[in-house]
Amino acid sequence: MINEIISMNGYGAYVWTAFSFTLMSFATLYFVTKLQLLKEQKRFASKFGSLTLEKARTARSQNINKEILSNTSNI
Amino acid sequence: MFKYFKSNKIFVITSIAQKYVLFLFIVVLTIGLTEALILSPEDYKQSDAVRIMYVHVPAAWISLGIFLSLALFSVGSFVFKNKNFVLISKSLAPSGFIFNIIALVTGSIWGKPTWGTWWAWDARITSMLILALFYGMYLLAWRIYEDKEYVVKVTSMIAILGVINVPIIKFSVDWWNTLHQTASINILSNTSIHISMLIPLGIMTAAFALFSLLIFLMKYNTELIKVKNKGLDRL
Repeated sequence: MINEIISMNGYGAYVWTAFSFTLMSFATLYFVTKLQLLKEQKRFASKFGSLTLEKARTARSQNINKEILSNTSNI
Repeated sequence: MFKYFKSNKIFVITSIAQKYVLFLFIVVLTIGLTEALILSPEDYKQSDAVRIMYVHVPAAWISLGIFLSLALFSVGSFVFKNKNFVLISKSLAPSGFIFNIIALVTGSIWGKPTWGTWWAWDARITSMLILALFYGMYLLAWRIYEDKEYVVKVTSMIAILGVINVPIIKFSVDWWNTLHQTASINILSNTSIHISMLIPLGIMTAAFALFSLLIFLMKYNTELIKVKNKGLDRL
């Protein structure tokens, strides 16, 4: 059974290469996108941390900034 | 209508949706791979080589669908001057490009045992390669140009020009003699593919669509944070 699945009637090399390439492309794209997201979140958190009290209050008044900060704290 | 495209509302939705979409993608992909690699029957002519169809066809469909959306959002950004449309199209492009590459590579792998060649300048393959070039130009333009107004114009033009290629890809098998067969799946008329192969194809298409949605959500959030980072600089 397992040998049949691996050999695929002699087409195993083609089938497994096609599926492996697809899954590897998925994994690469996912991790690259995730890294970019984490990098931007960290940049946002460090910029926010360096704001003066007054500027931080202004920035915090925007809902989206609060959301980004709450997500960053989960990293 | 555009109140639903306000960035703070969308950011909350896209942040929450990511984990659910990832979970759903893993479940659907597992079922799809089991169906495609183990449960679906072999073809009477192509034998097990037909299983490559379950990654090749969904990848091609989704790359075409994404490019069509890219063009529509680009037109939308021109007409409605909505900056969110620009962010949406920019976030869609990377997964569309990857699916285009997957379609080309898996097609090439499938071509060797069925046609006896890795590559042929067949109408459909060539038009898919042109689509990859349009995706490449679109993504490169965002990296090369720094002037925001200019890059939006350039990328929109690339998307709108490139979408002319989409019907060419679709109808290339009818207009020219190509190695590819004519469409086996038709929404409006009879489908010539057997149900035992149609089900895994449908499941794999759903899995690929979920993956492109996941990448879109992550990329869109990244773009929104970039905008907000610039907003902090201006404070």
